[in-house]
Amino acid sequence: MTQRINRRQFNQALAAAGAATALSPFGIVRAQSARLKVGLLLPRSGVQAGIGQDCHRVVQITSGILSDLGLPGLEIMNGDTESNVDVSRSRAERLISEGAQLLVGAFDSGQTTAIAQVAEQRGIPLVINIAAAPPITEQGYKFVFRNFPTAPMILGDAFGNQLEVFAATGVAPKTVVFMHVNDTFGQAMQKGFTGVMTKFPAIPYKVADVIAYDPAARDLSVEVAKAKATGAEALVMVSRLNDAILITRELVKQRWTPSAVLSMGPGWYEDQYLKTLEKLGDGPLSFVPWYDPNKKLAQQLLAAHGKAFPDISLNTNHVYTFEALLVAADAFKRAGSSNPKALADAIRATDIKGNVSPGPGIQFNAKGQNDKLKNSAIQNRGGKLVTVAPKDAANARPELPMRPYDKR
Amino acid sequence: MPVEVYFNVAASGLLTGLVYGLMALGLSVIFGVVRVVNFAHGEMMTLAMYLTLVLFGALKLDPLILLVPIAAVMFAFGYLLQAGLINPFINRPEHSQFMLLVALALILVNVQLIIFGPDAKGIRTAYSFDSFQMGKIIVDASKVYAAGAALVVAAALFAFFKYTLLGKAIRACADNYDGARVVGLNVKHLYALTFGLGAACVGAAGAMLMVVADVTPAIGPAYTLLAFVIVITGGLGSMPGALLGGLLIGATEALGGVLFTPSAKSMFAFALLVLVLLFRPQGILGRKAA
Repeated sequence: MTQRINRRQFNQALAAAGAATALSPFGIVRAQSARLKVGLLLPRSGVQAGIGQDCHRVVQITSGILSDLGLPGLEIMNGDTESNVDVSRSRAERLISEGAQLLVGAFDSGQTTAIAQVAEQRGIPLVINIAAAPPITEQGYKFVFRNFPTAPMILGDAFGNQLEVFAATGVAPKTVVFMHVNDTFGQAMQKGFTGVMTKFPAIPYKVADVIAYDPAARDLSVEVAKAKATGAEALVMVSRLNDAILITRELVKQRWTPSAVLSMGPGWYEDQYLKTLEKLGDGPLSFVPWYDPNKKLAQQLLAAHGKAFPDISLNTNHVYTFEALLVAADAFKRAGSSNPKALADAIRATDIKGNVSPGPGIQFNAKGQNDKLKNSAIQNRGGKLVTVAPKDAANARPELPMRPYDKR
Repeated sequence: MPVEVYFNVAASGLLTGLVYGLMALGLSVIFGVVRVVNFAHGEMMTLAMYLTLVLFGALKLDPLILLVPIAAVMFAFGYLLQAGLINPFINRPEHSQFMLLVALALILVNVQLIIFGPDAKGIRTAYSFDSFQMGKIIVDASKVYAAGAALVVAAALFAFFKYTLLGKAIRACADNYDGARVVGLNVKHLYALTFGLGAACVGAAGAMLMVVADVTPAIGPAYTLLAFVIVITGGLGSMPGALLGGLLIGATEALGGVLFTPSAKSMFAFALLVLVLLFRPQGILGRKAA
């Protein structure tokens, strides 16, 4: 049977088509059906290339999970910061010029600071995946949001989790050496360390020495010799991957097994660290932004990640890059528009309870910082990672002191 | 701080400095004869390190044994590079040579990045975590073996230049280009041989360095800079100067790090370079330009 269209129906259809055409340049009609253009800025070449590429892995599994959550898809526009602050700034400018409606990035505090300036000037929201330097969200920016703990937050939780670990194991070092990589992140952590430590009078150790080292160092024998000479019982570390491996090698060669290695940064829990050092990589505790293995979305992300990358463990890089994209998709859905101001307003009103990272969820304060994030303590054991604190997000008990390197 | 810490650190710096010295020796040999400054030196070094990584994975032979075939491969690479690419630039302005070698360096870095990825890669030998203890002094076994091998290779190179006809011919080219041509020496061939020898030094140094350090494509430019600091300190074109420069830079970095702050290790190496440039611009063992 054929259906005939009468004059009235034809006129209504024509009017609707006309209205759609007239409104479409303003994005009023298209907004929800189109995908949000997200400029993803990561250091995918240069010194931090490995980390940038690690962060990027999660992009491949994000769309499926967002779809399962009933969130709109994202069109990812990739930008390589080349591990360089100036390049970060120019890549952000370029992505915005090419149509990016929201930026995500950029792992490194220095690079993120540069991108945040561009985002604020151009009025495009930036959702920071990883960057811990506090000043980024202390500038009064209206378009910059960070779902990642600041250095003082990481340190505060680290001290809290350390106390929990010391109580559980009965091992509490009296002296430590604080070694840190001498870059933006390391310096921010170093500045915060002493200040935050004073808020935890129960911390049992004193800092025998603070040793800063070059992030591109080829040899850390001098640094380890100097640390060993202090006679400290344990090491507190803020490092990256390559230097964590170099320091462990030097500890073995210089025949020094600290009672504990307490890391407050990346490196010591990463897959390559575990693979490279095998049984010599067991023992260090990392106090890091992690995931809560008991949360449903964390299990979903773990499953999808394990399927896509069976040889790579889910880690901080994946979790927080995923959550930044989750924030973007959630805000886009609620804003109903890709208008930057509407997106920024929607991000500011974010309230995601069922997230991946520990803590009550994702909300931003007036400065654009998620100040409710919690960090975990994880330990390398038998080439795997177990969460040992806080108790409500743990799946194993901590073990200290570290087993001597020559008895493994 | 206990006094043995200074001995430990100084020994470590000197041993590492010997390997760096061998790397810089290659740069010095090339400049001393061909008068081309190899701005791709560090990148050639990382190429040798990756060759070591691949051969170690395939053959499971010790890098200190692998240094022989790797030096041979790098010799061939250097010879062909000079004969095919650099020779046409020998009489061109220095900035042309500079751009050529910087372009080569960039190509090498990016090819390595494509093939091996950005992550640091290392090898683990039976003695990777060994150390020798003498009283309170602990010395890294890997560094001792690598430094020993560096001394053997450097001695072989010195002997080649001093006692073989070919070595003497190359030195003749370096001393008097026109004179060498007048007596019938094939200068282009000798230049290519020299570049090959320099590359072989880098190959050997790369194999040794894999015993004590990891490799990433991004580290090439840092090695180029280090090689320049060493040869300028020791004397550009002077072979003993390169080894001496390596020892001095290694020890300065190490002791500067322990006496002051480790994050400023490189600063002390550059401070030494500035002092040398101020008081002996030709380098410690370099000759003044005529």
